[in-house]
Amino acid sequence: MSDLHRLQPKIVPQLEREQKLTLIQREALQFAPSSASAFPVASTKNGYYELPMVKEPSWSWEVPLYLFVGGAAGSAGLIGAVAHVTGDASDLVSHARKIALAGAVLSPALLISDLGRPERFLAMLRVFKPQSPMSVGVWVLMAFSAGTTVANAGEWLHNRTSYSRLAALMQNLGDIASLLFGLPLVTYTGVLIGATVIPAWNRNVALLPAHFAASGMAACVGLLELIGHKSPALQALGLGAAVVETGMGALIELNPAPEMKPLKHGPSGWLIRLGGVLSGPVPLLLRACSFFANRKQASKLRKYAAVSSVVGSAITRAAWIHAGHVSARESRPA
Amino acid sequence: MTTSAFLTDSTLCIGCKACEVACKEWNGISSDGFDWSGLSYDNTYSLGAQTWRHVKFVEGIPEAGKGGNHPEGSAWNFSSDVCKHCEVAGCLEACPTGALVRTEFDSVYLQPDVCNGCAYCVVSCPFGVLERDEDDGRAFKCTFCYDRQKAGLTPACAKVCPTQSIQFGELDDLRDRAQERIAELRKRGVEDVVVYDPQHTSVKGSHAIFIVRGDPKMYNLPPNPQVPTESLRAGWTSAAIAAGFVLAGTLMAFLGAGAKKL
Repeated sequence: MSDLHRLQPKIVPQLEREQKLTLIQREALQFAPSSASAFPVASTKNGYYELPMVKEPSWSWEVPLYLFVGGAAGSAGLIGAVAHVTGDASDLVSHARKIALAGAVLSPALLISDLGRPERFLAMLRVFKPQSPMSVGVWVLMAFSAGTTVANAGEWLHNRTSYSRLAALMQNLGDIASLLFGLPLVTYTGVLIGATVIPAWNRNVALLPAHFAASGMAACVGLLELIGHKSPALQALGLGAAVVETGMGALIELNPAPEMKPLKHGPSGWLIRLGGVLSGPVPLLLRACSFFANRKQASKLRKYAAVSSVVGSAITRAAWIHAGHVSARESRPA
Repeated sequence: MTTSAFLTDSTLCIGCKACEVACKEWNGISSDGFDWSGLSYDNTYSLGAQTWRHVKFVEGIPEAGKGGNHPEGSAWNFSSDVCKHCEVAGCLEACPTGALVRTEFDSVYLQPDVCNGCAYCVVSCPFGVLERDEDDGRAFKCTFCYDRQKAGLTPACAKVCPTQSIQFGELDDLRDRAQERIAELRKRGVEDVVVYDPQHTSVKGSHAIFIVRGDPKMYNLPPNPQVPTESLRAGWTSAAIAAGFVLAGTLMAFLGAGAKKL
């Protein structure tokens, strides 16, 4: 025993070598399972080795951006048409139509770019399937694009040429189509993601179309206000959208269903909350305050509300898609 | 028209993965890479764009003194998973191009020459079968060896299965055979066998049925799979009401604003 002791080398603690071991330990810890059990097991509660039941969506960044752009564009088509019909004399009609047109150009571009085979986009236009929200949505978007293009072309003719009767006809027909197809354009996206197997989306299939309609309206109103429009109609619509969005936030927070977890907890939950606060209570408060402020302050408050709504709408769309990913990863057989 | 079906009997499966290999061989699909999962002997994880058969290895929670396949012991079960070819298929309903079709064998077939990779089927399958291949761009899944069936041949996986764990035949025959098989197994003392065939759900039954030991949830076979089209009524109703409110609100806002100006 004593001989053995003598044979062992004397260890001098060396800081550098200990630090190397600490580094290796830290790297190795990344591979250690986080839960108490060494490995996941197949169980009734957690399914097959805690592997997801359903696949994650494989859409990329284009889809959440499309939800934002399409929502704003659809609302713009509606606002342009209604403002035109009710005889709004300002540039509002023209600007709303231009936002609608920009969205109508950008939306298909985003959707085509997200396809795995973009060159085959037209395969979608060889069928119409009412049971597929994606098919319905593609046709709605096509019809909306056609409508808003005609309305904008009519306006161009009106301003640059003397074909006034043709210009008026085109503007009217284009506006009718923008209104008729703008309404489903802002709502169908809720059905699109709601009628899927992603638990967090499917649970909210009845909430999402109304939520997205309000979000699209808020974004469009915000954009028009940032261009400089001060119509009281926009203020009223902005207020309405903010009230609805505040209610939507409350409905999400108060729903105790287990499928709601990614919408309330973790990074995806905070993203939903951030989008919700910027779309709901913040613009609601700012717009309410603007009634009691003097003209200059009121205009400033409305601009702040507009920025908050636009940013909030964009974050809300991204947050819902992100929450869907988390929800799919956490899905278990049920 | 005949309804082709698979009966996958996990009590006969030896976990050899010949079905996975045969499927890749016949259909010319690529490997799943090489990754040690640590999840029993399963290094495949799940079905996907390039994985149309997947052998699951379900280990019972180990208990001291119990092991193997002893009826009262801790079991080690193998079950070869595959696309269910649902009677009412979520992917088929969702596909906006018509790439997914119902064949003369009642199977669900994805026509790769039509698919444009929109990936809506991926989020419409309650079993997590479909996946978009990010290199190819299109979605893929089990074809039920449509080409082989057209030529009167057995699907590749069923042909190579060395223990008849994967049986191929007519759906009604296989449903009868499954009931006979679990009756026989129960008589022999294997009490925990069940047939997985979700006929009572909105999927209305699958054309790939399974015999498994224990709770099908352990095999990621959901007890209540739902076709997403079930939610369409709720979704479109909400959309219609929301659209009505938006239109009314916009009209009121602009009429009110106009009135104020006058």
